[in-house]
Amino acid sequence: MQNNTFYNEILTQHNMDPYHKHELDDADFSLEGVNPSCGDDIILNLKVENGVITNGSYTGDGCAISQASADMMLDLCIGKTKEEALRLADIFLGMIKGTATDEEIEELEEAGVLKDISHMPARVKCAVLGWHTLQEIFRDEQAAAAKPGEGIRPANVCHM
Amino acid sequence: MIDERQTEEIRRDFPLLSGDFAYLDNSATTQRPMSVIKAVENFYTSCNANPMRGLYDLSIRATDSYENARSTAARFINAAPDEIVFTRNATESLNLAAYSYAMANVSAGDEIIVGISEHHSNMLPWQMVAKAKGARLLYLECDSEGRYTLESLEALLSDRTKIVALAQVSNVIGRENEIKAFARAAHSRNAVFVCDGAQSVPHMPVDVKALDVDFLAFSGHKMLAPMGIGVFYGKKALLEEMPPFLYGGEMIEYVTREGATWAEVPHKFEAGTVNAADAAGLGAAIEYIEAIGLDNTAEREDHLTRLMMEGMKGIPHVHIIGSSDPSEHHGIVTFTVDGVHPHDIATIMDSDRVCIRAGHHCAQPLHKALGIMSTARASISFYNTEADISRFINSLSTLRRRMGYAE
Repeated sequence: MQNNTFYNEILTQHNMDPYHKHELDDADFSLEGVNPSCGDDIILNLKVENGVITNGSYTGDGCAISQASADMMLDLCIGKTKEEALRLADIFLGMIKGTATDEEIEELEEAGVLKDISHMPARVKCAVLGWHTLQEIFRDEQAAAAKPGEGIRPANVCHM
Repeated sequence: MIDERQTEEIRRDFPLLSGDFAYLDNSATTQRPMSVIKAVENFYTSCNANPMRGLYDLSIRATDSYENARSTAARFINAAPDEIVFTRNATESLNLAAYSYAMANVSAGDEIIVGISEHHSNMLPWQMVAKAKGARLLYLECDSEGRYTLESLEALLSDRTKIVALAQVSNVIGRENEIKAFARAAHSRNAVFVCDGAQSVPHMPVDVKALDVDFLAFSGHKMLAPMGIGVFYGKKALLEEMPPFLYGGEMIEYVTREGATWAEVPHKFEAGTVNAADAAGLGAAIEYIEAIGLDNTAEREDHLTRLMMEGMKGIPHVHIIGSSDPSEHHGIVTFTVDGVHPHDIATIMDSDRVCIRAGHHCAQPLHKALGIMSTARASISFYNTEADISRFINSLSTLRRRMGYAE
């Protein structure tokens, strides 16, 4: 069966032993992304200096696909400019919709393992949660600006 | 009891069950036997005309087919035919109770009592009524195994209570509530009792007179019938007092420029052209279940539930929600696996060709009360086999290793 390919070593490794799942005290941006239908819930934190994402992390709960996808996204985007990160987000969403080319998918590195999720509509929103939250941060930077002690504005990012 | 050999015979009636998969999502919707599919086809090929309004033979045949289905549904729950309103599903039936009965009978300061384990379809309509009328919505709390006590209901009841709404069987926990005693308690305060029968009517004999519920809702598609046909039962005296829910054709007696008088019940609640073909399908579904016998199907479902729960007990890190006694589950086995999100459980089981449900099962407040984000649910029908259960158990026993855990 096709979907067996999701739960390969790369994905389970990112889920069980994530690199980026921790708090980020000096984050410039923090935004919560929620899938109301299944309860996936992450808070994405980014540190951005001179337009470059210099550090990032996430916390939260959810299925392996949502958690591993966010972890792989941060692997890819830390060290990139905001524009490059948003371009990768477009490619990732294009991959899920089946419109990205093989060359583009190669740029996604490990995140490319989620390519086949496009065959499972019910799981698509899990895979895109982190990426949509990233887009949402840069869409309204003022709203997503980290304000220590003030809590985090939740954003529903279940749309595709 | 139905044995494995008889099950094989039964399964030949269900075209979809010839596939190589274990269908264990029966509480979401069942599969349909050929007799039901044929009954729908037969309506369109030999009775099709607009029922209720025709003055010619074909339309009379359509009307007879529809009214026969109503009589069959009435017999199934021991009601009178004119106490059966056809709707799309249990959700629409519960909305009918809320919009028609409750909006006319609940006032500011009144109270509505709803079980915390209710499906959203038996919760959101009451939230709507409470907000619209300035009434108070009180939640009846269950224990960690989903058990409700009469004492806790009595503690909430008051002279302001107008409605008590509770499912006979919870779609997550599977436990049967003591509806008869709860309805009596509601009546002692002159409140009406609304019963969601979506998960009970398909699995056990339900007698509205014996239970003495005022309203009962159930869906056809959870009991072998087509999607899009459901039943709203109401005591006739209540139905006669209630205003219509939807206005339009076929629900009137007489219309003038100024207004209208309403048709007799149940037609007052069936505005517009009715879903006669699927009603015929529901009639055929009930006849199919009656031919096997609800006692037999219940016994078979109990046997398979027992087998499933025994298998699950042997697997570490698996936790069953609700009672540890299989006979208290009515085919519904909701569970969690440590470290594996329910959506991942369902996706991996799908790769083993096991169909289960995962999420909050339209019962978010219950999950919050239990302190769980979401759960996985396997639900059994009498047509499931012991091989289906084995396939489920085998898949479940490998889940954690496939997610990268040592055991």
